[in-house]
Amino acid sequence: MKIEGKQRIWLDYQKEIADDHFFYVRSCVRQNFFPGSEKTFLRILQSELSKDIYENPSHTTCSGIGYHTDIVPFATSMTMVARQFALMTEAGYENFTTSCITSFGLYSEVLETWHHFPETEEKTREFLHKATGREFKKPNNVSHASDIIFRFRKEIADKGKYRLVNQRTGQPLKVVEHIGCHYSKMFPSKGVGGAEYPYVLVGMIEDWGGEVIDYPERRHCCGFGFRQYLVQANRGFSISCSKKKFDSMEPYKPDMILTNCPGCPMFLDRWQYAISEMEGKTYGENGHGIPVLTYEELAGLVLGYNPWDLGLQVHQVPIEPLLDKIGIPYDPEMKFRGADGQDLGKPDPPSVLKFYTEKV
Amino acid sequence: MSKSAIIIGGGAAGMETASQLARLGIEVDLIEKQSRLGGHLNSWDRLFPNRRDSKEVFEYLEQDMNDGISLHLNAEIETILKAGDRFTLSLRDGKELHSDALVIATGYEVFDARKKEEYGYGIYDNVITSVELEEFFRNNKQKNLFEGIKSKRVGIVHCVGSRDEKAGNLYCSKLCCVTGVKQAIEIKELMPDAEIFCFYMDLRMFDRHFEEMYYEAQEKWGIQFIRGRLSEASENPDHTLLLKLEDTLTGLPLKMKVDLLILLVGFIPSPETRRLAAMLGLKEGDDRFLCPADEHTITNSTTIPGVFLAGTVKGPASIASTITDARSTALQVATYLK
Amino acid sequence: MKPFGYTITKDRQIDFDANDREVTGFINEVEPSIRLCMGCGSCTATCSAGHFTDLNIRRIHTFVQRGELQHLKKEIMKCMLCGKCQLVCPRGVNLRNLILSIHTALEKSGI
Repeated sequence: MKIEGKQRIWLDYQKEIADDHFFYVRSCVRQNFFPGSEKTFLRILQSELSKDIYENPSHTTCSGIGYHTDIVPFATSMTMVARQFALMTEAGYENFTTSCITSFGLYSEVLETWHHFPETEEKTREFLHKATGREFKKPNNVSHASDIIFRFRKEIADKGKYRLVNQRTGQPLKVVEHIGCHYSKMFPSKGVGGAEYPYVLVGMIEDWGGEVIDYPERRHCCGFGFRQYLVQANRGFSISCSKKKFDSMEPYKPDMILTNCPGCPMFLDRWQYAISEMEGKTYGENGHGIPVLTYEELAGLVLGYNPWDLGLQVHQVPIEPLLDKIGIPYDPEMKFRGADGQDLGKPDPPSVLKFYTEKV
Repeated sequence: MSKSAIIIGGGAAGMETASQLARLGIEVDLIEKQSRLGGHLNSWDRLFPNRRDSKEVFEYLEQDMNDGISLHLNAEIETILKAGDRFTLSLRDGKELHSDALVIATGYEVFDARKKEEYGYGIYDNVITSVELEEFFRNNKQKNLFEGIKSKRVGIVHCVGSRDEKAGNLYCSKLCCVTGVKQAIEIKELMPDAEIFCFYMDLRMFDRHFEEMYYEAQEKWGIQFIRGRLSEASENPDHTLLLKLEDTLTGLPLKMKVDLLILLVGFIPSPETRRLAAMLGLKEGDDRFLCPADEHTITNSTTIPGVFLAGTVKGPASIASTITDARSTALQVATYLK
Repeated sequence: MKPFGYTITKDRQIDFDANDREVTGFINEVEPSIRLCMGCGSCTATCSAGHFTDLNIRRIHTFVQRGELQHLKKEIMKCMLCGKCQLVCPRGVNLRNLILSIHTALEKSGI
């Protein structure tokens, strides 16, 4: 592999990422799947990097999930997006940052639509004013939260306590990275590195000491498209998509998967359990599966935060093998205890995918 | 004062136009930007359809040239001016040349395969272009071609940079298909137990003996042809390439591993041609190659009196038709200068 | 196993490297004229059986080349060996022998 070839392509796809004064909008469901991620993002930006990041409690969904499932018409979506921008304008911010990648895709799409069809922008202003009395200015910069972590990856590496290196062997960890479809597949110029070889997660992994794996199904969708999985009968398609990716990455023996979308890590994590139940097959070492992380969780681990504060206990694929590889200490007793130490009970172990019970 | 002509470009077209004009008693200045004549003829090993040595053709063209030609090698053009019926060329080294007629024979370039990011040229180790393969054949006649590579399977991809809206070239480069078939046979000759696959959309075997070459490739050499355009190539852990395409004849997506991937890159109009054309006000087609005065009946002259075209400046052409075209251009120039 | 309500779909992509091409090798040896096929489809167009059954001789032997043998046995049984395909083939492939050879090969490999 000649890395210069990829670097040449990455240089073609640079984008502007704001560096301070962010207006943050959250994801609809991400806090269910990965409870610690958004909080960790805020913590990193505010405590570690001393950035100004603000969120308005009355902000809503961007309606991306409704739009992409044909429930919410585009005019309504544009108006909801406009309201989010109005809240940003009222709070005095110009840099918009989203937690969800589908949101990012929708905001980009709406801004592009307004750019090419100014009459839709006019209409949206009218709708918003009639519905809520609010007015808005378009943001100067729309970045996804992973773009921001990407931008500050070197600062995080400097403050970091851990590197993505296997303590036992001294080798960099092998990391598979997976980009959400709405990040660069729709607008390649709005993704760092473009659509063929996206760079946003690669940059983080490399600067934090890991090694990126390029495997044949790297660009394949994980199957989280709303149309694919919202109806139970369609989920077979979703799980088959993820399985194709797992089968392709298996020979490379990855140590973990890193993603930047709310849905992708959810599927890549949970489908390993479902595949193990359906076909008895597990990936990764010793039947434990390949741990899947969001970029905030990984940044949090690099910075030395307590893994249980990051919400890693709700991952279906056990995270402890990875923690042991990096050398991050954790208290197995505290895994299923609440903030005050109360016993929250334990989940039943799955029949094939193994719980991590021994510490090597 | 005898009439003179300047020929820009010392490839096959330029060399032959110069020879013919000199023989007709016209003073010829032949300008070539590289240090030797031949242009792309120096890049090929054996020429289709009969796989004869390209050096023989070069030697023929070279011997045809005589003392009536003033040769300017390593010469780059700064400006061209037309005043009345006279042309003045200023070269980068300060020299100035004058003539009564101008022949543009600056040829073509090959498509930069790095633009097809999904094929991995310049990224994966075992992806090369057809041009690089020819150079390998030309310079390594004694060595086993794929000594370093354990090639048991070679894939050849047709239409790289041609017939492709994303690459910016809608046209067909015409000669890549026959090149692919020729190279498939040549590789099989060197490695008889290799499996060679050609991935094509259509097979353009348009000239004499081309179809027979395709027949021979299948019957005698066992080359396999899979109809389906390569959609992407990825790298396996052992540096072999995993190809994804549709096997259109069965209607199913297909994936397969090859040890070496060869990209048949197409023709693009050379930037130098376009620069000179802009200076002279010559018309470009939608495909950015130059237009003659009439597509059927006046194919060697332009709409600018005294400016003539020869060879691949007008579009993809084989060496045989380029040489014929050059002779036709010479006749048009001679008639004009009488 | 818990009832999920859905199952994993089998990948229909032809995995050329995973397919067993022993039958392919046998056919190529026993009927080398098959190498001449250029996929024109004249054989399938003229096939009498192909109008009323799903017999597609062009596709069958292409599948044999790829090593995809699963449903071929049933399909190829529909050929009546009339020989019209062989009459029309522009490349001169000996199609009747090809069909008989595919029968033999499938029997030998126990498919």
